[in-house]
Amino acid sequence: MFWQQLINGLTLGFTYALIALGYTMVYGIIQLINFAHGEIFMMGAFFALLLVTVFQLNIFVAMILAMAFCMLLGVIIEFVAYRPLRKSGRLSALISAIGVSIFLSTLALLLFGADAKGFPDNSFPVTQFKIGSATVSSLQLLIFGVSSFLMLALEFIVHKTKLGKAMRATSQDYNTAALMGINVNWIISFTFALGSSLAAAGGVLVGLYFNAVNWNMGLMAGLKAFAAAVLGGIGSIPGAMLGGVFLGVAEVFGVAAGFSSFRDAIAFAILVLVLFIKPTGFFGLKIQKKV
Amino acid sequence: MGELLQASLNWIDPYILQILVNIGIAIILALGLNLITGLTGQLSLGHAAFLSIGAFSSAILTIKLGIPFSLNIVASGLIAACFGVLIGFPTLRLSGDYLAIATLGFAEIIKVVFLNLDITNRALGLSVPLPNTPIPLPIYVWAIAILTIAAMCFIQNSRFGRALQAIREDEIAAEAMGINATRYKIQAFAIGAFFAGVGGAFYAHFIAYINPSDFAFLKSVDILNMVVLGGLGSIPGTVLGASVLTVAPEFLRFMQQYRMLVYGALLVFMMIFRPNGLLGGVSFRRLVWKAMGKLPAGGR
Repeated sequence: MFWQQLINGLTLGFTYALIALGYTMVYGIIQLINFAHGEIFMMGAFFALLLVTVFQLNIFVAMILAMAFCMLLGVIIEFVAYRPLRKSGRLSALISAIGVSIFLSTLALLLFGADAKGFPDNSFPVTQFKIGSATVSSLQLLIFGVSSFLMLALEFIVHKTKLGKAMRATSQDYNTAALMGINVNWIISFTFALGSSLAAAGGVLVGLYFNAVNWNMGLMAGLKAFAAAVLGGIGSIPGAMLGGVFLGVAEVFGVAAGFSSFRDAIAFAILVLVLFIKPTGFFGLKIQKKV
Repeated sequence: MGELLQASLNWIDPYILQILVNIGIAIILALGLNLITGLTGQLSLGHAAFLSIGAFSSAILTIKLGIPFSLNIVASGLIAACFGVLIGFPTLRLSGDYLAIATLGFAEIIKVVFLNLDITNRALGLSVPLPNTPIPLPIYVWAIAILTIAAMCFIQNSRFGRALQAIREDEIAAEAMGINATRYKIQAFAIGAFFAGVGGAFYAHFIAYINPSDFAFLKSVDILNMVVLGGLGSIPGTVLGASVLTVAPEFLRFMQQYRMLVYGALLVFMMIFRPNGLLGGVSFRRLVWKAMGKLPAGGR
C-alpha cells in the first residue's frame, strides 16, 4: 500500500515539477509570477490531443510538436504581454499575466467546448508491471522517463551550454549582463520557450495519465506548480523539482489518509507550514536587505 | 422615511440599480485591498477569503441567530478582521512574492474548509434571506461605500497612513525611523479584512445565495484588478477601477461567449497603455490647484 501510494505520488509530483520549472525559471530571470503558465500547460495538452485524434499522429511525435507549439506560444505571450511592461511596475506585469491566462482559458473553452476530452485508448499501450506488492503502469514509467529526461536536459542546458551561462548571468544581474554583451531580450525569450515546452510536455503527460483534457485544468495545476516552485525556493531549478515531487507525494498520501475532500488544500497547507519555518523555501537564497 | 427612500429608488431601472449596488460593494472591497496592497505595498492574493468569511458569518448569524442586519455587518467585519490578524501575524514575516503565495494558499485552504463544513452547508451553499432594514439596501450599500471612502481618505492622510506609505517605499528605512513595521502591517491587514468582511455581508444578502466556490482565486484576482487598474494607492483610482471593472462585463454582455476573451485581452492592453493604472500618479489636489491657477511650489 505504502509503495503503491509512493509510486502514484511520485507520478503526480513529477508532472508538478515539470510545470514548476517554468515558473521558477521565468521568476528567476524577470521576477514575474507568470500566471499564464498554467494555461500554456493546458494548451499543450489540447494541441497534442488535436494531433493525435485528428491527424492520427504517434503520441511521441504529438508531444514533441506540442512542445514546439508551446515554445512559440510562450515567446509570443512574452513579446506581446510582458515585454512592453518590463520597465513598469511588477504588479502591472502580474495583471497582464492574469489577463493572458483568462484569455487563453476562454479561448480553449470556445474552441474545444466545456466537457473534458480524453486521448484515444490506442494512443499509448497501458500495461501493468508488478514490483513486489505494488504495480507500476507503463504510463507511469513514461512519465518518470520523459520528465527525468527533460529535467536532465534542462540541467545540461543551464549548466553546460553558453546559452545557459547567459541565462544564469541574466538572472544574477539583468543590467550587468546586458553591459557584458548578452542579448538580454533573446535570453528572456529563450527562457520562456524552455519553460513553456516543459509545461507542454507536462500537459500531455497529465492528459494521458488522467485521460482528461479540460479547458480549466490549467488553473489548479498552475497554482499547485507555483506553490511547488515557491516551496523549493523560487528561482531555484533543483528547488522546483524537489518542491514538485514533495507536493505530489504529500497530496497522494493525504488523499490516501482520508483527506480526499481536502485534496486541493493539502499542497497549500504544506506550503504555508514550510514558509513559516523557512520563509524562503527549501533552496531559497537568503534575501539580503539593504537600505 | 424608509418608504420615501424606496419610492425614490423606484425611479431607477432595476437592472441599473443592481449594477449600482454591485459597484458599491466592489468599492468597499477594493478600498480594503487598496489599503493592504496600494498603500502598504503588501501583495495579497487572498482577499476573497476575507470576503467569504464575511459573507458566511453574516449569513450564519442571520439564519441561526436572527441578528439584525446592521449589527451583522459590523460583526462580519470584525470576524474577518480577526482572521486578518490571525493570518497577518505569521505571514507578514514573509516578504514580496512569498507573502503573495502564502495569502493565496490561505484563501484556497479557507475555501476548501468551507466546502467541508456542515454549518456552511458544504458544496450546496447557503440561501440567505433578504435583510430587513429600515433603509433600502441600495442606499445602505452606497452609504457604507461613501463612509469607506471617507475613512480611507482619513487613514491615508493620518499619521498611521503615512507610516504605511513609508513601509511601502522602504521597509528598512521606515524601521530605522522608529516605525514598527510588523505592527503597522498587521493593522493594515486587519482594516483591509474588516472592509472585506463588510463587503462580504452585503454581497451575501444582496445576491441571496453564497457558495464557497464563488470565492476562489479568480475573485481575489478580480478585486486586485480593480485596485491596479485604477491606480495603486489612489483612492479615486480604486473607486474608478471598481466601477469600470464592475460595469465592463455588463457592456460586454452583447458579445456573449466572447465576453471573457475580450475581458482578458482588455486587461493586457490596459496594462500596456496605462501600466500605472487609470489614475496612477494623478493627484487631485494638484489638479484643483492647477485649475485655480496657483500651483504651490514643491507641493504635491
